[in-house]
Amino acid sequence: MKRTILVLTLSLLICGLVSLPAKAMAEDVLMMATTTSTDNTGLLNVLAPEFKKDTGIELKWTAVGTGKALELGKNCDVDVLLVHAPEAEKKFVDAGSGVDRTEVMYNDFVVVGPESDPAKIKGKSVPEAMKAIADSKAVFVSRGDNSGTHKKEQELWKVAGLAPEKDEWYVQAGQGMIATLNMAAEKNGYSMTDRGTYIKYEADAKGNPPLKILVEGDKNLFNQYSVIAINPEKCKSAKYDLAKKFSDWMASPKIQKFIADFKLLDKQLFTPNAKK
Amino acid sequence: MDYILDGIRQAIWLLITGDPETFSAIKATVLASTTSIIATLVIGAPLGFILGYAQFPGRRAARLFFDTLLSFPTVVIGLLAYAFLTRRGPLGDLGLLFTIPGISLGQTFLGLPVVIAMTASAVEHLDTRLETTLLTLGAGPRQLLFTTLWEARFSITLAGLAAYGRIVSEIGISMMIGGNIKWHTRTITTAIALETGKGQFAMGIALGLVLMVVAFAVNLGAAAFRRRSEK
Repeated sequence: MKRTILVLTLSLLICGLVSLPAKAMAEDVLMMATTTSTDNTGLLNVLAPEFKKDTGIELKWTAVGTGKALELGKNCDVDVLLVHAPEAEKKFVDAGSGVDRTEVMYNDFVVVGPESDPAKIKGKSVPEAMKAIADSKAVFVSRGDNSGTHKKEQELWKVAGLAPEKDEWYVQAGQGMIATLNMAAEKNGYSMTDRGTYIKYEADAKGNPPLKILVEGDKNLFNQYSVIAINPEKCKSAKYDLAKKFSDWMASPKIQKFIADFKLLDKQLFTPNAKK
Repeated sequence: MDYILDGIRQAIWLLITGDPETFSAIKATVLASTTSIIATLVIGAPLGFILGYAQFPGRRAARLFFDTLLSFPTVVIGLLAYAFLTRRGPLGDLGLLFTIPGISLGQTFLGLPVVIAMTASAVEHLDTRLETTLLTLGAGPRQLLFTTLWEARFSITLAGLAAYGRIVSEIGISMMIGGNIKWHTRTITTAIALETGKGQFAMGIALGLVLMVVAFAVNLGAAAFRRRSEK
C-alpha cells in the first residue's frame, strides 16, 4: 500500500519535472485562438510546422467559434487571433482589445439543398433564393449557435429583407456544421455552409451527397479571414512581437502562395488576399 | 451501421501502430485524470470522513449540498474554472489556462462531491463499535481518521472509481480549460468531439473504444489492489 503511494507520488513528480523545461521555453510559443474551419480543414496543421521552420516560433492554437475566440482575446488569454467576422472584429479593435488587423485570405459560403430543389433556387442570386425558400416554406436548417457561419446566414436573410425565427420551416439546429448538414439532408431541406466543410461532406459521401450546391459565387457569400494581434497595452502578458511576426509572415508572398496551394481533395479552399 | 465496424477496426489499428496523435491524447488524458483523481482522494476522503463522522449543526444540509453537487454539469465547472484561471481572473498569474494542470484543477472539483458523498455514507454505515474500540485503545484523532478510512477502504476505492469514471469521460472542463490544443492538451474526449465535428464518425467511435481500454486498465488495477488487501 505504502509502496503504491510512493510510486504514484514519484511518477507525478517526474511528470512535473518533464513539463518544466517546456515552461522555460515559453518565450517562443505563440498562443492563437481561431475558428473551427481553419483547424478542421487541416490548414493549420501544415502552416504551424512551416512557421516554426521559418521563425523558430511554436504556434499553439485552440479552435473555437469566432465569438469565443474574441472573448478569449478580450480576456488576454491568447496572443493572436485568426477569425472571420469582420463586423465583430472591427468592434473588437475599436474597443482597444486588438491591434494591426490584417486581412490574409478568404473563402466563400454556398447555399445547399436537395437535388430536387423544391423551392427552385438553383442559380438564383442570394436575395432571390432566400425569398424563394421562405415563400415556398421549404425546410431550412440553420446552425443557430451564434457562430461566424450563423451570423453570416442571418446577414443573408437580412439582405433578402427577411428575419425568420419562429417560423415552422426554419429549424435551428444548435450544432456543428456537419451535424447541421446531416439534419438538412434528413429533412430534405436547405442549408448554408462554408465551402471547405462542403468539400469534406461531399468526400465523406463518396462524391454523391444528398445535398448539392445550388447558389454560389454571390458577393454576399464572401468570407474574409483576418489576423489580429492582442493589444499589448491592454494585456501585459500578450506577446505582441511574436504576433506581429505571425501576421507579417501570413501576409508574405511565400505564405500567400502556400495558402493558395493548400488543397483538400484536390480543391482549393482558401484564396489569399493580403494587401501588399 | 458501418461506422461501428469501421470504428472497431480503426481503434485496433491506432493502438497497434502506435499512432502518435492518439498516444499524445492518451498521455494527456492519463496525466490529467491521474493527477485529479489523486488530488480528489487526498482532499475528498478526509472531508468525507468529517462529514460522515462528526456531529455538528447543519450536517444534514451539508450532506444534501454535496449530494446535489453530484449533478453539477461539467461545462459549468469548466466555465467557473475558466473565470478563475483566465489572465484577468484571480488565479490568472499562475498561467494554468490551456495546460494539463489547469484541466486537473477543474476535474478535481468534478470528482470531489463523488468522493465526499460516498465516503461520508461509507463512514456512517461502519460498525459503531469501531469508534468506541479505537477510543478505548487510546487512539488520537489522527489514528481515528486513518483507521476509519482504512476500514472503509473498499467503499472509498469504489468512490474513487466512480469519480474516475466521471473525470476521465468528461469533456466540458477539458475543452474549456485545455482548449483542445494538438500535441498538448488534446485529450481523448476532446479529440472525439473534434472528429465528430469533422464528420469522422468512425474515428470518433475508435477513440471512444481507446478510452474504454484506458478505463479497463485502471479498473483492473483497482481490482488487483482490492484482492491484495483482502488477503
